[in-house]
Amino acid sequence: MDFQVVVLAGGFSKSLVPLVSKDVPKALLPVANRPVLSYVLEHFEENNLKDFIVVVEGESAALLVGGWISNAYVDRLHVEVAAVPEDVGTAGALRAIDRHLTAKDILVVSGDLISDIPPGAVAAAHRRHDAAVTAMLCSTPISGPSESGSSGGKDKAKKPARHNIIGLDPTKQFLLHVAAGAEVEKDIRVQKSILRAVGQMEIRADLMDAHMYAFKRTVLQEVLNKKETFLSLRRDVLPYLVRSQLRSELSQNGAVAEENGNSKGVSDSTIMLSQLLTNASTQSFHELYALGPDGSALSPRKTHKCCVHIASKSNYCVRLNSIQAFSDINRDVIGDASHLSGYSFSPQNNIIHPTAELGSKTTVGPHCMLGEGSQMGDKCSVKKSVIGRHCRIGSNVKVVNSVIMDHVTIGDGCSIQGSVVCSNVQLQERVVLRDCQVGAGYVVSSGSEHKGESLAKKEKQ
Amino acid sequence: MVAKKGGSKGMGAAEDAEEELARTPLQAIILADSFTTKFRPITLERPKVLLPLVNAPMIDYTLAWLESAGVEEVFVFCCAHSKQVIDYLDKSNWFGQPNFSVTTIESHNAISAGDALRLIYEQHVIRGDFILVSGDTVSNMSLSQALKEHKERRRKDSNAVMTMVIKQSKASPVTRQSRLGTEELFMVIDPETKQLLYYEDRGDNLKGYLSLDKALLTDNTSISLQNDKQDCYIDICSPEVLSLFTDNFDYQHLRRDFVKGLLVDDIMGYKIYTHEIHSSYAARIDNYRSYHTISKDIIQRWTYPLVPDVQFFGNSATKLERQGMYRAPDIKQSRSSKIGPFTVIGSGTSIGNNTEISNSVVGECCSIGSNVTIEGCYIWHNVTIEDGCKLKHSIVCDGVTMKSGAALEPGVVLSFKVVIGRNFLVPAYSKVSLHQQPIRQDSDEELEYADNSSGITESPSVSGTLDLLNEEERTELPDSQAYEVGDGGVGFIWLVSEAGQEEEWRHSVAPIPVDKLVAIMQISNDEADLPNEDGAFLPPSGELGPDSITNDSNEDAEDIRDDSVIFEREVEATFQRAVEEDVTDDHVILEVNSLRLSYNMASADCAGALFSSVMKLALDAPHDSPNELYKNVVSTVRKWKKLLKYYLPSIDEEIEVILKFEEMCLESAREYSPLFVQILHHLYDQDIIQEEAILDWASEKEGAEESDKVFVKQSEKFIQWLKEASEEEDED
Repeated sequence: MDFQVVVLAGGFSKSLVPLVSKDVPKALLPVANRPVLSYVLEHFEENNLKDFIVVVEGESAALLVGGWISNAYVDRLHVEVAAVPEDVGTAGALRAIDRHLTAKDILVVSGDLISDIPPGAVAAAHRRHDAAVTAMLCSTPISGPSESGSSGGKDKAKKPARHNIIGLDPTKQFLLHVAAGAEVEKDIRVQKSILRAVGQMEIRADLMDAHMYAFKRTVLQEVLNKKETFLSLRRDVLPYLVRSQLRSELSQNGAVAEENGNSKGVSDSTIMLSQLLTNASTQSFHELYALGPDGSALSPRKTHKCCVHIASKSNYCVRLNSIQAFSDINRDVIGDASHLSGYSFSPQNNIIHPTAELGSKTTVGPHCMLGEGSQMGDKCSVKKSVIGRHCRIGSNVKVVNSVIMDHVTIGDGCSIQGSVVCSNVQLQERVVLRDCQVGAGYVVSSGSEHKGESLAKKEKQ
Repeated sequence: MVAKKGGSKGMGAAEDAEEELARTPLQAIILADSFTTKFRPITLERPKVLLPLVNAPMIDYTLAWLESAGVEEVFVFCCAHSKQVIDYLDKSNWFGQPNFSVTTIESHNAISAGDALRLIYEQHVIRGDFILVSGDTVSNMSLSQALKEHKERRRKDSNAVMTMVIKQSKASPVTRQSRLGTEELFMVIDPETKQLLYYEDRGDNLKGYLSLDKALLTDNTSISLQNDKQDCYIDICSPEVLSLFTDNFDYQHLRRDFVKGLLVDDIMGYKIYTHEIHSSYAARIDNYRSYHTISKDIIQRWTYPLVPDVQFFGNSATKLERQGMYRAPDIKQSRSSKIGPFTVIGSGTSIGNNTEISNSVVGECCSIGSNVTIEGCYIWHNVTIEDGCKLKHSIVCDGVTMKSGAALEPGVVLSFKVVIGRNFLVPAYSKVSLHQQPIRQDSDEELEYADNSSGITESPSVSGTLDLLNEEERTELPDSQAYEVGDGGVGFIWLVSEAGQEEEWRHSVAPIPVDKLVAIMQISNDEADLPNEDGAFLPPSGELGPDSITNDSNEDAEDIRDDSVIFEREVEATFQRAVEEDVTDDHVILEVNSLRLSYNMASADCAGALFSSVMKLALDAPHDSPNELYKNVVSTVRKWKKLLKYYLPSIDEEIEVILKFEEMCLESAREYSPLFVQILHHLYDQDIIQEEAILDWASEKEGAEESDKVFVKQSEKFIQWLKEASEEEDED
C-alpha cells in the first residue's frame, strides 16, 4: 500500500503514575495481560501493514519496548524502534525520525489506541481525495473513558470541556475546522473563508480525535521543517493544515516535480490515476475554490485537502491516556469489546488460563480473566476484573472491577474494588482497597483500608 | 396569550389550539412599506409596493401568491403613501374577492416593522398563526407544508413562535453578496430540529472568522453552520410574535432586533425554526439589484404561474415567444427594429426603426424612437425615448422623456417625469428626480439610514474609492440649484450619499463592472496572502493550553490598560482637532466629557490626557533648543490654560498631571526631561498646579525606588523653596 506506519508509543507518561514505572513504560502497560502496544501492532498486522517505526520517548523506555517487540514479533513484523528525547511532543518525535520516512504516505498512530477501526478505511479516504492529511474521528464512546470517571459529576456533563469541536463539510468527508474543547474559551471561531467556499459546515462536539492520521509525507516533512515551534500533531500540525487548506503554503507542486524527476514512468501513471480518481467524483469545494470565482482564476489558488474518516458508532476506539481509561479499557476488552482481546472466551464468558488454580467455592464471574499460573484460595469472588500471571491470592478475597497485574500477592480476606494493582505488589491480610492505584513493588500492610488513594514506592533515582 | 385576547369568540387554552387553528381562517400581514430608503428617489413619489415589476405592481405578486397559497384574510399595513396603496387596491378590485378579504391598516407614524406590528397588535385582528411578509415578496411556494410543520411544533412546544422560510442560494465568493444584492448571511441551524440558533446578516467582513457562542454546542452535539442560504423574508408567526413586539418596544427591525433578540434571550426560551424550500421560488425585492434579479427570474419563468403571459392581476396580456420574449398584442414595432432575448414589451408601446432592445422590460404606452439601443433596462409606463438614445442597465420610471441623443450609463435611475436633455450623458449610478435631494434624512429614515452608513465597513473594497471619487466629482459639478440634466432637461441629480458611495455598484441594476470584480479579487487575494490573517485570531492551538483560563485576570487588566490608552488617544485627537479647527474651550470640554463617560474614566484621567496632549502640541511646534521648547510650552500653556484648569478642580488631579508629566519625560517625550523643573515652576506660576500638589507629589515619591525619584531630585531646590515659602507664610 506504500504506507509507512509510525507508532507513537510515548514514554513514561506522567499521567499514568503509578501504573507506569521505570520498568514498565506506557506502551507496555498490560491490557488483558498483553501490552497495550500489541493491540496497535496486531491490529495493523491484520490489515496487512507490517512496516512499523515505533517511536519511544527516552532511551531506557526505548530499550524496554524494543526488547519486548523483538521477542514478540521477531519474524512477523518489520519494526524499527526509535528513541527520541522526552517532551519533544508528537511533532517533535516525527521531526526526529524525519529521515526514516520514505513512503508516499505516513500513517501516524498513537501507541495507546485500542480500536477495531480498520486503518485501511483511513488510508482509502486519504488516497481517494489525494489529501494532505486524513484524520480518524470516532464518536465519543458510550462508556466514556475520560468522562464517566468518578471525578465526573454533574458540572462536567454541563460543559463538555474535553470535547473536540470539529467542523465538517456536508458530505462528512472533509475537515473544515478543528479545535480542542479546552482551547475554545468563549466562542467557536470559524474561518469565514472556508465557510464561504463550502457553504455549509456541520459543527460537532460529539466526535473524538482518535489519534490516527494519514499524512502525505512531503506535506508532513515540510510542515515539520518550516514550523519549528510545532510540538503536537493534534494541537499544532493538524489545526494548521486545516486552517490553511484554502491558501496552502505547501509547495506541493515542487514535490510532485521532484517525484517526477525520480521516476518518470511511474509518476505518469500515478498522475493519470489520481486524475481519474478526482474526475470520477464531482469536484470538491477545494478544486472549485482553486479555480477562482469565474472558474478561471489567473493563477489557481493553492489548496490542500484535509479529510476525515468517521468511524461508525459500533466501532470501538479508546485511548489509554488516563488511569480511568486504563481500568475502563481492561474491563471493555474482556467485556463488551471482547473481540479485541484475541482470546477465546469460555462458555462462562471469561478466560481462565488452564494453569490457573482455583480454590473451593471460589467463583470467577463473566468478563473476567485469570492469567497463567495464578492461584486463588477458597471462597474468593472475582467480578469484571483482570488478574495477571503468577499471582497468589489467598482465601476470602473479593476482587471487583479491578486490574491486578503479574506476580501480585494478595493475603486472606482482602477486598479490592475499582483499583489497579501493579506487578509485584504485596497486599497483606484484610487489606481493603477502593478506587486505588498501587504502584509496582509496593507493600500494603495488613488490615489497612484505602479509598481513592494512589500508593507507590518513592522512586529511587 | 394574544390568541386568547385576540380570539374574541372565547377561545380555549393551548389544548384547544389545534381546533382553534382549524377554525381561524389563515391570516397574513403584508407590510406595504419597507421602512428603508433603498429605492429612493423613486419612493419619494410612489410607495415601493406599487412599483411595477415586469409591468405589474409588486404587491400584486404578493397578493396573488397569498391567495393561491390559501390565505383567506390579508391585512395590508400601509404607511408611506398609504393613500396611493389603498387607492390602488380599491381600483384593482383586490377588495372585492370572494374568500380572500383584504383589509388595510393605515398609519402615518410607524417608522419600522416593529411599530407596524405593535399597531396591528393593538387592533386585535390577528387570531391565530399568520404569515408575515412584506409587500415586495415574489413567491410561488406552497405554504401548507411549512404551516403544518409550524403547527406541529407549536403543539409540542408553545415557545416555537416563528418559522422562517429559507432557500438555497450561495453568496458570490467575490462580492460576498447574494444574487439579490443582500449581504451574505450566516446561520446556525440545528440539523435535527431545524431550529435557528444564530443569525448574522451583517457580519463584519474585516474579521476573518465568525464567533459562535460555545454554549451552542452544549445543548446540541451537532450544529450546522450555513452560508449558502438566503432568507426569503417569509415568516410564519404565532400570535405571540405581535405581543413580543409590544413587550419589547425597542424592537424595530424584524431580523436585526426581533430574530436576534429572541436568539440571544434565553430566559423566555422562544424558539425560531427554519423551513427550507427547494423547488419553489421565494424572494424579496430589497434593492435595485434584487429588482433586476427577480425581474429576470420572472421573465425566465422561475416564478410560474406569476409570469407575464399568465394573467393574475394588474398585468396585461402578453404573448410568450421564443427566446423568452413577451410581447403585448397591440404594439407598434418597426420592421427594422430588433427585440432581443428575454424582453417584455407592454401594450400600446411603439418602437421605431433600427432600434435594438434586449434583456429589458418596456412598460405600457411607451414611445421609443429610432436608432435607440436599450440593454438590460427597466422602462416603466408612458416613457418617451427619442431617437438615438442609448440606455444601459437603468431604471426609467413613468413619464420620463429622454430627448434625442441622450444616454444613460449603467446603474442610472430616472425617477418620475424626469426629462433628460439632448445629447446629455447621465453618469453611471446617478439618480435623477424632480425632487431635490432632501438635505437631512427625515427622522423616519434615520433609523435605517444609520444602519446603512454602518454598512460601509462591510464593504471589502477600498479600491473602488478612486473610481467613485471621480464619479462624485462628476455629479457634483453642476450647480444644484439649476436643473442638471442637460439642455431642456428637468430633474436633479442626487448626490451619492457618503455611505452609499461604495454600495452603489453593489446594489444597482447594472452588473458589477469587471474592473471592480478584479479589484475585489485582488484584495481578497491579498488578504489571503497575509500569513497571519486568521493566525492572529486562531493562534496555533498549542499556545492556548488548558491553562489559558488562568490568564483571564491578566487579560482583564490588559483590557483596562487598552481602554485608557485608547481614551488618551481619543482625547488627544479631540484636542488636535480643537487646535486645528479653532474649537472653543467649551466644546472641547463637552467632547472630552462625553469621551470620559463612554470610556468610564475618572476626571483625573481627563486631566492627565489633556495635559499630555497640550505638552505634545508644544513638542510638535518647531524648536531647536530646549530653550525654544520651553517657550513653546509657555505659549501653549497660556493658550490652553483655561481648559487645563477646568479639569484640575482638586489636588488629586494636579498630582495626576505631575505624574503624567513625569511619565512623559521618561517615555514618550524625553525632550522635556531637562526642562522638568522649569516647566513645573511655570505651571506653578500660572496657578495651574498648586504648591500642595507639588509637595504631596514629592512626599508620595519619597518611598519610591531611586530610579523613580529622578525628577523629585531635580526639583529638590524648587520644592525646598516652596516649603520655605509656605513656612514663611505660616509665620506671617
